This record gives sequence, structure tokens and C-alpha cells, in this order.
Amino acid sequence: MPQVAAYRGKFGAAEAERLLWRAGFGPRKGEAEKLAKLGLSDAVHALTNPGGEHFVGHAPTDEKGRPLAPYDAWGHDHVWWLDRMVRTSRPLVERMTLVWHDWFATSNSGVDSQRLMLNQNQLFRSHGLGSFHTLLLDVTKDPAMLLWLNGSDNSRQSPNENYAREMMELFTLGAGRGYTETDVRQQARALTGFRNDWKSGTGPTNFRYDPRNHDPGTKTIFKHSGTYTWKDSVRLAVSHPDHPSFFVNKLWSYFVAGTPDAATAHALQQLYVSSGHQVRPVVAAILKHPALYEGGRLTKSPAVYTAGLLRRIGRGIDTTAWTWLDNMAGQQLFYPPNVAGWDDTRWLDTATWRGRWWIAQYVLRPYALDPGKAVQPFDAAKLVDGALAFWRNPSLTQSTRSALLSFAQNALSDARSASWKRKQYAVMTQNALRQLIAVSPDFQTA
Amino acid sequence: MTDCNHCTGLSRSRLLHRAAAEAGRGLPLIEPGMPLPAGTGMSRRSFVAQGLGAMLAVYGASRLGLSAFEEGLAAAATGPAQPILVSVFLEGGADAMSVLSPQGDPLYRKFRQTLGLTGGAPLAEDNRLYWHPATTGLTQLYSERKVTVMPAIGYTNADQSHFTSRHYWEVGDTSANLRTGWLGRYLDVVGTPDNPLQGLSLDYSLAPALATAKLPVASIDGPDQYDFWSPNVWGEVETRMLNAIGSLGRANPDPAFNTAAGVTAQVDRLRIQLLPFQSSDDKPGFTSPVTYPKSDDPFPRRLAGLAAMLAAGLPLRAVALSAPGEYDTHSNQAGELAQGLQLTSDSLLTFQRDLEARGLADRVLVHVWSEFGRRAQENGDAGTDHGAAGVGFLIGTRAKGQMVGEFPGLKSGLDEDGNVSATADFRSVYASLLEQWLGVDASRVIPNAAKFQRPALVK
Repeated sequence: MPQVAAYRGKFGAAEAERLLWRAGFGPRKGEAEKLAKLGLSDAVHALTNPGGEHFVGHAPTDEKGRPLAPYDAWGHDHVWWLDRMVRTSRPLVERMTLVWHDWFATSNSGVDSQRLMLNQNQLFRSHGLGSFHTLLLDVTKDPAMLLWLNGSDNSRQSPNENYAREMMELFTLGAGRGYTETDVRQQARALTGFRNDWKSGTGPTNFRYDPRNHDPGTKTIFKHSGTYTWKDSVRLAVSHPDHPSFFVNKLWSYFVAGTPDAATAHALQQLYVSSGHQVRPVVAAILKHPALYEGGRLTKSPAVYTAGLLRRIGRGIDTTAWTWLDNMAGQQLFYPPNVAGWDDTRWLDTATWRGRWWIAQYVLRPYALDPGKAVQPFDAAKLVDGALAFWRNPSLTQSTRSALLSFAQNALSDARSASWKRKQYAVMTQNALRQLIAVSPDFQTA
Repeated sequence: MTDCNHCTGLSRSRLLHRAAAEAGRGLPLIEPGMPLPAGTGMSRRSFVAQGLGAMLAVYGASRLGLSAFEEGLAAAATGPAQPILVSVFLEGGADAMSVLSPQGDPLYRKFRQTLGLTGGAPLAEDNRLYWHPATTGLTQLYSERKVTVMPAIGYTNADQSHFTSRHYWEVGDTSANLRTGWLGRYLDVVGTPDNPLQGLSLDYSLAPALATAKLPVASIDGPDQYDFWSPNVWGEVETRMLNAIGSLGRANPDPAFNTAAGVTAQVDRLRIQLLPFQSSDDKPGFTSPVTYPKSDDPFPRRLAGLAAMLAAGLPLRAVALSAPGEYDTHSNQAGELAQGLQLTSDSLLTFQRDLEARGLADRVLVHVWSEFGRRAQENGDAGTDHGAAGVGFLIGTRAKGQMVGEFPGLKSGLDEDGNVSATADFRSVYASLLEQWLGVDASRVIPNAAKFQRPALVK
């Protein structure tokens, strides 16, 4: 079996930090240095086999210090998950949960039940590194998905092809790859049989498979014929020859910029098929691949960006504002824009950039120094150093560094000789530098 | 409205608004730009510059580069008035057979046993077709000869994937790999490197149709919603901080970093362009001469902001918005569709009246489109599945008002999947818009443009 190439270069704190961004939500204080000491292979092993979960820091609250109500209160679902991203001891598990949320993009705008959305979220969390075949079976009968793509509307009497089409187009094969419009209709027939009841007050309930709703006739799918059921439908899609290439390229895109070269793609596909469609070994191979360390940067998604800022300074969840702030930046969790998920190539534009500015200023709020009381050096270079220390000394490009320095010099020069201005402008400049660092291209990408 | 975050009836956009308003408290008071006072004789150019000057006075920032900015505005405001195209997308695949229902087709009731519509005004150009009863606004504009109807617009071998078909429409080609939008390529031909407003998404993120290869474009929620501040930073230091945003946007060899830097530079320019529109506690960023429909959906508010920006002489060329409503009606179609169409159509009528009141109507065409129509046969779930040809409109005083394509009929006009076949190609509409309205040779924008007809769209 062909081997997947592995990175053999230096694995220091910088490389470990990139790994923590790709496999998680960036480093907490000292985390990159600690991971670097393990070496690449053990570092990836630790991330892909994290053991039992524990949480660092205080439990999440809303702005009034009350516990979250993720099943019931608007927006608490988003911050409940964000808290896990910030405090978990298993960052890759949460990151894979985010990958599957995007892959099987289900929106509460169609499900209308935070409880069902969180149940689906837990499914991604518990199965996210196991068998993709099992995951797809579980997703197919997941109540949130049954509602979202009309799976429980799809019956023998009135077929609905919504799930059948997206299952092939977006989940397993890719648009126009290896299936026809006839396959869509035949798959829809195989997938019949799920139903649910509606109860006033609680909404959809009693999700189940009812053989009476299933179309028992013969279907012809991918040129095979049989009295197929939903399990056959999933099996046929996962064992389709065009599935491994779709799976590998899509999974790769979440971790590494650009597409895998042909040899890498081939080796990853072999690994995926020979492991019996296991996710964990493929993810581990991608996390060790040279392209992750030597290739280009990736733009952080808004949730990753927010979680990363909070982790960096050790702030937990103490407000639900992150929900609407991340929405402004283009990513409210549990509300992907459509069933294709978020477009990872288009996170940044003038509107979503403004959302990120607002996220940064909300992160900074509790730390904002009071110009009437705080003391800061009247020295541009020292102020820049201080702001970098606030963010745990990230490495910045030279051009960002010089932009920060000239801003600080200009801001201090406005104070001229007025002593109250010299005192207050130094403090405000410190506050502003922290803001500018957080929105710099250096912080938007990793 | 109650203060209950937990009530299910409260919409997301409303909560977002409230939260944003709350977040805006404590902002330093700034003078917003005022709407052009009628009858003062003040030119648009001096109005914008005055609004800006008032704000600069608060910030004490003569260093903002006002003269360069003023020059840009002056060029935009005094140069030849550019034609403006507004793209309105009905996301999800709007059911063309309901928007213009073929009640006069003998097979209509057979295909639409539960969803079949009655009533609505007949279409003068085809007495088989009837306007959806909720589209009273469009019906009115049609009666004023301000609407071109495209009853079966699309392309051959229609793709029934939302994403693929929408992508084709956005890029102006049936190619999966094209990454620039058709309006983006138009802007690359006519635009300038210092004007993000030339291509404007009024949305929470950029419309793919506006994606350019090289020139800047912008996305904003609304012109009065583009403020930036940071806690405990004010006065001269704040001005310096905001001006430093642009200096973070320097080019970089890493593609992702460079994209982030490029957007940062666009944010800087756009922020300055929109300074006159920022609202303060006591004054709105702009006012309208007409009353837009009240809604939680941002669509009418965005159209109102768009008209105000055009009235202020801002240099817009191509604008994209998403219409309100759920159009992917696999189930419970009747109510959802009517609701979305009503608000969309009412808002577009109001926008047209706004432009007319401001004397701008001859400069703007609105193009309404959807990625496909829906299957002729309803699906037994009180809904319809993905189809082929869809419905489109072109609205404005300069719209020719002559139907493009025709409804092909349900007897012989369906393809092998039971979907309505297209009788006009979306790329021929793009080509005509480019040549007859935007003044650009379509071959510079649309691949294989010569292949497509040029229906007469503009009068």
C-alpha cells in the first residue's frame, strides 16, 4: 500500500502552534511549547487519541452569571459549543465535530429545535473519528437531519428526493460525480420509511422507521438492482468507487490549503478504504503531511477565530454576545447558510471583517485599560511590546509590526506636550494596539 | 416587543439588531450625514462633503486625507451618471408555476391538484399566465410597463442541484470551475482600484456574482451600519487607530494572508466612503421619501439604504441582494411562498417609487432571478421538488417590458424529468444587459457570448 508522505522538518513551537490551529482552536498559554516537546508523531497521536475529556477553567455563564440553557434559550446553543472549543482537553474532537457540522450542514432554521440540533452535535462528537459508514447511517436517521432534508416526509406514497440528492451530491460523491437523476429518484425510494409525529407544544416527536411507509419494490441504483432499504442506500453510496476521492479531498480541505497532490490523494484513499472507512487514520495522516507545515495559511472561521482569541488570553464564556458577533462575522453555529455548509474560501469580505473587529473589541472589553487611571509607557516600541505580551507574544509579519509601530508613534505625537494627553494617549494607544493586532491578517489566518 | 430572549417567536435578525444597538451605546457622538434637504439648492457633492466635514470636526482629523477623498467623491458625483444594475436573488428555486401560474393551461390543475392557484391578475402578454395573488406590487409595475417578464428562463440540461445551478447563474456560465462572478468580471472591465462600492452586496457576506479577479468590491448590511470602535479608545487616538486599519492591509506572498490583507484595505476605503451615513443616537443615517414595508427581514431596509446611497451620488455600479422568503418549498409550499413573494414584491414596488421620487429611476434596473424553477408535478407533500426553467424579471422605467422567451406549455413544454424547459437562456439576458444597459461588449464578460441571442431589454 502506498505510504502517505510525512513531515520531517523542524517541529518547534511555531509548527506545533500551526498544528493546534488546524487540529483545534489554537494554543492556550504554553500549549504550543508543550506539544512541540512531544515531536510530531506523538503530538498527532495525542490529538487523535485524547482519552477522557476534561475542561479547563470555569463553567460557562451568560452575562449575568447564570448557567447556560442551550436547549431552550436563543443563542445559548452557540456559546455552549464555543465553551467546549475554548475549554476542552480534546480539541481535535471538537474540531471534527465542527467539520461534520459543516459536512452534514443542518440548520436550525429548518429544524427549529435546539434540542434536536444538540443531539445531532453529540452524534458528531461521539462518532467523529470512527467509521464514516457508521456516521452516515446515524446521520441518515438523525431526527434533525430527517427534518432538515425531509427524510421523514419521504414515504412510499409521496417520495421526496431532497435527502437522496444531497446525500450523494454533498455527503458522499460530489456534484455530478458517478450518479444520475435516475439514481436520485431510486435512492429516494430506497430511503423511504422514516416518519415522525407532531405534538402540539413540543413539535416533532416519535421519530421512527415504519416499514409500512417504506417502498418495498425493486430499485436500480448505480446499475445494481435490489429491494433496497435506507441501509443499502448508505452502503451503496459509501462503497461507490467515486466516494473515497470525494471523502479524501473534502476532509483534506478542512486542514490544509490547496488540494492534495495525486500521490498523496491516492495514498490517503487507499488508507481510507483499507481501514474500512475509518476517519481517524486519515485525519492523522493529514495532520502529519508536509503540506500542512510547509504550505500556505488558512483563514480561520469566525468560531475558530473567537475561540482562539479567548483561549489565547484564558478568558472563558461569560457572555452570550458571541452568538450574534459570530453571526456578524458569518458563522453562527447550528445555522450554516445552506446544506452545502459554509464556504471556506470566502470567509472574509468587508461585512464579515467588520464582524471580526467587533469580536475582537468584545474580547478586549474586560481588559480595556482606563485612560484616567492606568499607566503605560510613553514609548511607541514599548507599547507595541506590551500589546504583543498581552496576546502571549504571537509572531507577526514585519509589515504588521511596522504598521503597529507607526500607528503608536503617530498617536503619541498627537499628545505633543500636554501632560494629561501624554498620560491618557499612551493608555489609549495600548488599548488600540491590542485591537489592531487582533484584526491583523496575521490573526485572521494561521 | 418584550425583552425575552427565550421566546420562540422572536426572530434572529431582531435579536441581532437589538444586540447591535445595545453594543453601540456609549459610542462617541458623531455627526451623521444628513439626507439631501429638498429645495436648498445644495449639490450632492457638497452635501456629502459637508456631512463628512462635520464629522471630521468632531474627530479633529485634518489628517484623514480629506482632499483626496473629496476628489474621489467629486469625480464620482460629477462624472457621467453610471447605469446601475441591482440583482435580486430568490434563493432556493422559486416555483415559476406559482409566481406566474399557467391557470389557462388545461393541464395545470392536473399537475397542481392541491397547490393550484386561483385569482391573481392575468398577464397581458400571455393570457394563460396569472400573477401570483401576493405579487400585487409587481402586477402594478407591470401595468405601468416597467417590468420585463421571463416566464421560462434557464439553460438546456438544467442541473437540479441548488449549488451547481446557482453557481452557473452567479458566474454567468455553465462551468463548475469559474471563480469570478459575471458582475465581478464586468467590474473588472469598467471599475477602478480605489472604489469598493462599485460592486456592492447588501448582505452579511459577499454575493458570488460580484466576485472580481482584481478590483475591490464590498459587502455591507446597510450604509448606516459600518461603524468601528474599540473600548477606551477615543478622540485623536481613535482616529489614528481607524486610519491604521489600511496600513494592516499590505500585500503578502501567502494567498490566504494576502486575501485577508486585501479585504482589510477594502474595509479601510469603504469605511471612509460610508462615514456620512453612520447614524447616531438621535439621527438616522438617512431618510426616505417613501415608506418601506415594516419587516424583520432586512430586505426593505437595505433597499431604502441603497436608494439613499444612490441619491448621495456614491459611485455604485452593480448591487446584489437576496430577497426575503423561503423558496425551496419541498413541503407546505402555499403559505411560505405567498409570504416571501408578498414582501419581495411590495419592497420592490416601494424601491421603484423611492427612485422615482428622487429622480433616479432612469439610472436603475432591477434583475430578479432564481437558480431554477420547480417540477411541474407537485410532490404529494404539499410541495414541489427541484425543476428546470425558472422565472425572472427585469424592473425599471427603462425596462423594455417585452416578454423574453415564453411559457412553453405543460403539454409539450416539459423535459424528460417532467420539468418546464427553458425558452430563454440566462446568458442571453446577461449579454443584453451588458451591451444594452451597462455599455460593455458581452464577449469581454460572458464566455462564448456570441452564441447567445440578444433580446431587447432596454427602452
